[in-house]
Amino acid sequence: MNDLAIVVNGLQKKFGKQVVLDGIDLDVQKGEIFALLGPNGAGKTTFINILSTLVAPDAGAARVNGFDIMSDKEKVKSSISLTGQFAAVDEMLTAEENLRMMARLSGLSRLEARSRANELIEQFDLTTVAQKRVKTYSGGLRRRLDLAVSLVVPRSIIFLDEPTTGLDTRSRRALWDIILHLATEGVTIFLTTQYLEEADKLADTIAVISKGRIVGKGTPEEMKSRIGKEMVELRNDNDEIIREIPTSGSIQEVKQILEEVASGAPEGTRISIRRPSLDDVFLLLTSEKGRP
Amino acid sequence: MLNVKTEIKKPSALITCSVFVGRSLLHGLRNAEALIMAIALPIMLMLMFTYVFGGAIDPSGEYVNYVVPGIILLCAGFGSSSTAVDVATDMTNGIIDRFRTMPIQSMNVITGHVAASLARNFLATGVVIIIALLVGFRPEGSIFSWVTAIGVIALFILAFTWLFAAIGLVSKTPAAASSYGFVLLFLPYLSSAFVPISTMPKWLQGIAENQPITPVIETIRSLLMGGAAGSYIWWAVGWCLLILVVSIIWSTWTFKRKAGRR
Repeated sequence: MNDLAIVVNGLQKKFGKQVVLDGIDLDVQKGEIFALLGPNGAGKTTFINILSTLVAPDAGAARVNGFDIMSDKEKVKSSISLTGQFAAVDEMLTAEENLRMMARLSGLSRLEARSRANELIEQFDLTTVAQKRVKTYSGGLRRRLDLAVSLVVPRSIIFLDEPTTGLDTRSRRALWDIILHLATEGVTIFLTTQYLEEADKLADTIAVISKGRIVGKGTPEEMKSRIGKEMVELRNDNDEIIREIPTSGSIQEVKQILEEVASGAPEGTRISIRRPSLDDVFLLLTSEKGRP
Repeated sequence: MLNVKTEIKKPSALITCSVFVGRSLLHGLRNAEALIMAIALPIMLMLMFTYVFGGAIDPSGEYVNYVVPGIILLCAGFGSSSTAVDVATDMTNGIIDRFRTMPIQSMNVITGHVAASLARNFLATGVVIIIALLVGFRPEGSIFSWVTAIGVIALFILAFTWLFAAIGLVSKTPAAASSYGFVLLFLPYLSSAFVPISTMPKWLQGIAENQPITPVIETIRSLLMGGAAGSYIWWAVGWCLLILVVSIIWSTWTFKRKAGRR
């Protein structure tokens, strides 16, 4: 066996006339946290759905844990767990019942399922709510259970589709800690996100997807160095951006930029400094590829 | 903590089914409104048709003996229709993708709902018969006729539950599933369930005589009242089997087609 958890070659998918995935090539190393970063509609969910055998691609091939996603579906399914974009738990059941049900469906005996559920309840700090129905849970709590459910049996690869979308800052950080802890156990984690900060914090490797294509890939450090740490933004009277200048954020550099722009700036120009956003990454990456 | 190297067996189809049936039964018990409806509706319909409409339709007071099969089917139809909503709810929730990406026959999640519907409807049918006996229903069928009648009722419930499951599968939302299903609930009124077909206008008689509810009603009525079901029983079984097979095929096809789309 080689060291690749996921190998994707020329994957394409159309829904009707709309091209969702436009020839994706990608490798994911075993044991790493891989983040697929992109805006809504970039094709992230479709990509994850194809890798987890839910949707068939129109063209191209992919191997997950060494198994072909088309011809070896059952083996792929036995290697992965998928946590979709909306919490995939049963609202009418309690946390404990959810865990036991999934454990039984994963092939554990009644007794094993019970003890596995208790382990996970403890591990994910769900003890106080374990006997309450999921429909009474907050978004963060639901997501925590969701992750616990995806771990009822050990799987080599865990897919997380936008695991923290819609969560408040505290729940998001708590979930990050859990994901980071999981990775220390040797599992490969493939997640999608819209947030640069999240990819930065979690991922060993980031790939940026835009309009169904991978437009950039690298470690968070590599990605950031392509962009600069901060952005100096100049806006005119009407609050329209007239210029953006990447900077390290040091006083010297900002001062220099200010001196450069101050002389030529029209009346009413205002200035602000902000962190680079996902948009900046896209603008940079897409322009490098020579695409509009 | 389980060892990552442990090879875990796929669960058998039997275990998968029983887990899903257990899940749906638990849903049924926890959905208080649906459970109350399943018990209250038969009581209310039985009392209404006996004491409100009964006197006008048949002043002799025998109407209760005529109407029991109709009430059973009306309640069974109503009870099965909630399967459409249950199935649509599952299909529009993230949980279905999790089931689909597990190494199991995920279609069994529908089987679970169907089994729970059978249980719920047997309860409702039992309530109808008990209330009917209390308000003057005097059946004359033998034990054998009763067993046959219950078999026909079970087949009817099974067929319509699968039909509603298929409706739930094709519906985009649970609310849509609920309204599509509603249309079917009028079928018993256009049959011999509540009034003899001969009292209907000619054009309606054609519809009433040739739709699936009429033979089922006639079969149950003759079996319970000690008459001869004649060819009605074959029509009843035939219709139910046809609906059952078509609905299962339709459901399976839709379930596969909808993978990864919500």
